[in-house]
Amino acid sequence: MSTSNAPAPARPQPRSPTDLFLSFTWLALQGFGGVLAVVQNELVEKKRWLTNEEFVEDWAVAQIMPGPNVVNLSIMIGDRHFGLRGAMAALAGMLTMPLLAVLALALVYTQYAHYPQVVGALRGMGAVAAGLITAAGLRLLPALRRHALGIPVCAALAVACFILIALLRIPLAYVLPSLGGLACLLTYRKLKP
Amino acid sequence: MNTLHAISMQAQDWLHLFLHFVSLSLLAVGGAITTVPDMHRYLVDQQNWLTSEQFNTAIAIAQAAPGPNVLFVALFGWNVGLNAGGGWAALLGMACTMLGLLLPSTILTSVSTRWGHRNRDLRAVRAFKQGMAPIVIALMVATGWVLSSAQHGPRGDWNLWLLTAVSALIMWRTRLHLLWLLGIGAILGAWGWV
Repeated sequence: MSTSNAPAPARPQPRSPTDLFLSFTWLALQGFGGVLAVVQNELVEKKRWLTNEEFVEDWAVAQIMPGPNVVNLSIMIGDRHFGLRGAMAALAGMLTMPLLAVLALALVYTQYAHYPQVVGALRGMGAVAAGLITAAGLRLLPALRRHALGIPVCAALAVACFILIALLRIPLAYVLPSLGGLACLLTYRKLKP
Repeated sequence: MNTLHAISMQAQDWLHLFLHFVSLSLLAVGGAITTVPDMHRYLVDQQNWLTSEQFNTAIAIAQAAPGPNVLFVALFGWNVGLNAGGGWAALLGMACTMLGLLLPSTILTSVSTRWGHRNRDLRAVRAFKQGMAPIVIALMVATGWVLSSAQHGPRGDWNLWLLTAVSALIMWRTRLHLLWLLGIGAILGAWGWV
């Protein structure tokens, strides 16, 4: 932000909303099984629109906000550079081509759904996909290591949430405000002002 | 998705579909995937607009295709529309689920992003971020559980459960690209091993 001294070496930036659209389209189309694995690599390592530190901060906010994380992230980055137009361009890039790809795949699947091999293949992929989602949760566990509430309280909250949602099938609309609110409140009391 | 599951959708049903996804949008902390158990409860158990098989197929297809995982939500709407009678209804269903799920969260994100970035050291912001962490993690594990028990069924196919558990373990513990796992799952399924 400072205006003094020599100009800082030019940071790569998206050149236009079109650039944002094309970049996020390309990013999204690489993301088989989810974009999260690709997004850091593409934005930080290749495009260099963000440093690693900026990426972590943005990612934290993208996770706090409701809605798909990668979609939130694209909105935030687009908004920062070109305002609402940028946000819409990045969002459209993230969704348009992948949406067409998903529909095409669904139509192809309908054509071949009477082959038992195709049904079987999809059943196998579904079983793997369920495992991948579980793993995505398990990979976040280290984030609890330095949690203000301590590991036992975190574990109790997590187990309670799992029982309510997975075993008792209580609607999320009840669980999230009550249990989530409790968790935030407990954390608030533990954090230093 | 091959099974015929004819339903009839009135204008108020479309509105319900839209509003239900609107209500889920602001609850989708930690990603759309954390609302999957509730979507299953609503679309399959309560309204009977989708079969359990269609529900799981939609997620598997969205996982197999490139792009954000949230697109399974578009397929839910698409399939509800197909069940209700065809192409235009499918587009309408897709608009209901996708716009419903994305509009509120998108608006909220655009409005509050700058505020959140400016106030990231605020006690309340940190408390929310940290406090939600164990809940978000448990929700993701619960999602895997709900998906498994929905598709592996009451018959208790041990080999499907095993495949799920092994792929979770590999994904958790190694850096193997998930495309390999999905590919292996497809081959095992096509050969009728699982």
